[in-house]
Amino acid sequence: MKLSGIVIIGAGPAGIRAAQTLVAYGLQPCLIDESLRGGGQIYRRQPENFKRSAKALYGFEASKAQAVHATLDRLQADIDYRPQTLVWNAEAQSLDTLHDGVADQLPYTHLIVATGATDRILPVPGWTLPGVYSLGAAQIALKFQGCAIGERVVFAGSGPLLYLVAYQYAKAGAKVAAVLDSSPLSAQTRALPALLGQPATLAKGLYYRGWLTAHGVPVHQGVHLQSIQGEQRVRSVRWRQGEQERTLDCDAVAFAHALRSETQLADLLGCAFSWSDLNRAWLPTRDTSGRSSVEGVYLAGDGAGIMGADAAEMAGELAALTLLSDTGHQVDAARSTALQHRLDAIHRFRHGLETAFPFPEDWAANAPDTLTVCRCEEVSAGEIRQTVEQGHWEINRVKAMCRVGMGRCQGRMCGMAATEIVAHASGRDIASVGRLRGQAPIKPIPFGVEVDQ
Amino acid sequence: MSLPIEVEAVVIGGGIVGASAALFLAKSGRRVVLLERDFFGAHSSGVNYGGVRRQGRPLSQLPLSQRAHAIWGDLTNLIGIDGEYLRSGHLKLARSDKDMAALAAYEQASRGFGLDLQLLDREQLRARFPWAGDVAVGASLCADDGHANPRIVSPAFAHAARRAGADVYEQAAVSEVSHDGHAFTVRAAGGQTFRAPWLLNCAGAWAAALAEQFGEPVPMRSGHPAMLVTEPLPMFMDVSTGVEGGGIYARQVARGNCVLGGGQGFALDPATARPGQAAILDILRNAVELYPPLAGAQAIRTWSGTEGYLPDREPVLGVSSTQPGLLHGFGFAGSGFQIGPAAGEALAQIVCTGAPSIRLDAFSIQRFQPISQPALPTAPPATAAPAHAENVIPLFRGRSQP
Repeated sequence: MKLSGIVIIGAGPAGIRAAQTLVAYGLQPCLIDESLRGGGQIYRRQPENFKRSAKALYGFEASKAQAVHATLDRLQADIDYRPQTLVWNAEAQSLDTLHDGVADQLPYTHLIVATGATDRILPVPGWTLPGVYSLGAAQIALKFQGCAIGERVVFAGSGPLLYLVAYQYAKAGAKVAAVLDSSPLSAQTRALPALLGQPATLAKGLYYRGWLTAHGVPVHQGVHLQSIQGEQRVRSVRWRQGEQERTLDCDAVAFAHALRSETQLADLLGCAFSWSDLNRAWLPTRDTSGRSSVEGVYLAGDGAGIMGADAAEMAGELAALTLLSDTGHQVDAARSTALQHRLDAIHRFRHGLETAFPFPEDWAANAPDTLTVCRCEEVSAGEIRQTVEQGHWEINRVKAMCRVGMGRCQGRMCGMAATEIVAHASGRDIASVGRLRGQAPIKPIPFGVEVDQ
Repeated sequence: MSLPIEVEAVVIGGGIVGASAALFLAKSGRRVVLLERDFFGAHSSGVNYGGVRRQGRPLSQLPLSQRAHAIWGDLTNLIGIDGEYLRSGHLKLARSDKDMAALAAYEQASRGFGLDLQLLDREQLRARFPWAGDVAVGASLCADDGHANPRIVSPAFAHAARRAGADVYEQAAVSEVSHDGHAFTVRAAGGQTFRAPWLLNCAGAWAAALAEQFGEPVPMRSGHPAMLVTEPLPMFMDVSTGVEGGGIYARQVARGNCVLGGGQGFALDPATARPGQAAILDILRNAVELYPPLAGAQAIRTWSGTEGYLPDREPVLGVSSTQPGLLHGFGFAGSGFQIGPAAGEALAQIVCTGAPSIRLDAFSIQRFQPISQPALPTAPPATAAPAHAENVIPLFRGRSQP
C-alpha cells in the first residue's frame, strides 16, 4: 500500500465504494467525512452504544446498509480515514479541513467529490416555527438518536422520501397525523411506465404507500400546504386540496420537495456547471465516467445530481475505476461499461420519479410577500420581489442587494427557493437566473481556530 | 450597425468613480453614457471592506479626501439611500511604541487638513473602547470617519446617475474605442455605438489597456483583498478599525456582523478573485488578540475582488497627456471607496469647466512617462510593487501560497 494523494470527500455509499475500489488496486486513499460514523445520510449509523437492529433502522435496505458499513469497517486499516472532518475550502492541490477545532491543509493530486445532498426546501408561512423539520432531518433524528420530532407529526411535500419517512415514523410508533403530497395521483399514474424500469424500487414505494393507508394514516394528494400555524411552536397545518381547505392539529411537521445536490465544493474546485432540467438545478458537469471538467477531479453520488443510494454506490466505483484508468492502471473496462449501463437505467427511472413527484411550479406564484424565504437574514419573498422590481435578476446580484442567501447557511437552504421567486418575478427562465456562487467556508468556521502546521 | 448616438461624454466603468462622474455630469446637464461590462459596483467598488476613511491616506490625497468627506455627508440627498453610512469614527490601533510614534507623526503631518485626529494612549484607549485587545498600546481616532455598505452604495451612484438623466448600461462591455481627430467612437456589447468628445477611463483594474491604446502604458497590477464576515454578534464596537503597519481591519455593522479584512487573495480569472487559504486562517487566528470579543465567533463567508494598484499606490486621475478629451480615473490601490465620489466629481469638473477645483498634479499619468526614457513595459516588473504590497498575487489560477 502507498499513500496515493487521492482524497475522497464524503463517506456515504459513493465514497465508500470509491475507496474500496482504489484499495483493491493497491492504492491508499484518504477518506474524509463530516459525520461521526460513515455511511452517509440514507445509511446513517446510530451511535456505537445504540443497539437497534439493521432491519429496524433501514427496513428493506438493511442488507445494503450493512454491506456498505461492513466495507467501511474493513477498509479502515487500509485507508487514511478521517471522520468528523469538515472540508471548508479548496484550491488547486490543497483542501482546507477542520477537525476538532484544528484547521489543517491536506494536499491532493486527485479528488473524488461525493458530497451528497440535502433536502430541497420550498418555504411555507410558519416554516421557521419550532417543531418544523426537513424530511431528512426528521429521518436523522429517528435513525441516529432514536427520537421522533413530535408526538403527532404531519409529513408534507413530495418525493419518495415523503412516504419512506412517514412509514418509518409510523413503524417506530409515532403518530403520523397525515401525509400531504403536493403531487396529484394522476402524475403518479402517468409515471408508471418509466417507473416499471426499476420494479423493485417501485414495489417498495407502493408498499410504503399501501402500508400507511392500511394502518389508517390519511394520505392526501394534490395538496397545497398553505401554512404552518402556532405561536411558540407548531400547533396545526392549513392546507388546500382542490376547493377544499382544511386545518389539522399536529405538534410537528416534516417537509421537503425531494433533494438538492451539495455542490459548493465542486464550485470552489472550479468545476464547470450545466443546467439540469431533471434536477431543476445547476450541477457540476460530469461525463459518463465520472470526470468533472477539472483534471484530476471526479464526481460521484448525489452531489452531482440526485440518483439515490444504489446509483451512488455504482457511481463511486465507476469514478474510482476512471481515476485508476486515467492514472495508468489497467482496469476492467467491461466493469465500467456495465456500471454505466446500470446508471443509465436508474437515470431513466429518475425521469419517471420526476413525473410522479413533479416540482410544484406554482410555488413561487403562490408564495405570499410576507413569507420568510431566507431565515438566516430574515429576507421575505416580498423583499426579493422588490429587488427584482429595481431591475435585478441575476441571483448573486439579488443576494448582494437584499441579503438573501447571505447568512449562516450561505443559501444552502434558501437559495433554490429564492431563485424560483426571482425567476417568477422577473419573468425569466429559471436557468437564466443563475446560481449562487460558492464561497468559502462551505460551513462556518470559528475564530481562534488552531492551525496544524 | 446602427448610427452612433451622439453624447458629450462616455464613461467606461460603472464603479464608484465612473458612476460618480456620470452622476455629476448628468446633474450639470451634460449628455452622458455610463457603460459597465458587468453590473454596477460589482467589482472592487462593491465588494471592498466599506471603510469611509480619511485617516491614514497619503497627504497628497487629503484635499480630495476632504472634499469626498463633504459629499458623503450629503449621501442620502445625492443617491437616494443612506447606504448604511455611519460617521462612527475610524480607530487606528498601534501594537508597539514604534507604531504609536508613526501614528503621532501622521497626526502631526496631517494637521491643517481638517481630520481632527485624537491620539489615545493605552488608558484612554481602554476607557473609550473597552473591547480593545491587550496588544494595542494606543490608537489614533478620526471621529468623523466611518463606514458604509459598498454593496448597495456603489450601485446606487449609477442609479442616481440614471435618475439625473444619464444613459446607463450594465452588461455592456466596450469592444472598440477609436478617435478620429474630432471625437471618440465607442462600441459596446449589444451593438450600440456612441460618439463623444469626452471619454472617461474609469475601468478600475482593467483601465490600463485603454490607456495603453492611447500611448500611455502604466505599470498597473491587480490586488485581491481577503475579506470575511462573521455571523451576527452582540454589538461591541461601533468604530471602524485598522492597525498601523497593516494587517487586519474590522468593523461591525448594525445587524451585528463583523466585517474583517487582511492579507491577499488570488485571481481565478481576470474578473473574479478569491481570498487565499492562508489569508483566511491568518485573520481567524490573529484577529482575536486585537478584537477579543471575536473569540469563538463563526466566520460565515469570505470574498475578494480585483483592485488596480500602481507602484506608488497613488491613483491616476486627470487628463491624458497624449489624447485631448481623454480623462483617466483608476488605480485607487484598494482605497477608492471613500475618495471615489470626489474623484468622479473632479473628472466631471474637467469636462464642464476645463479644470478640477482641487489640484490633481500628484495623480498625473505623466509620472509614468519620464521624458528621458521610453515608455515602460506593459507588464510590470516583479520589483515594481513597494514592500508592503509584495503579497499581491499575480493573475493565475492556483494556490495562494507557493
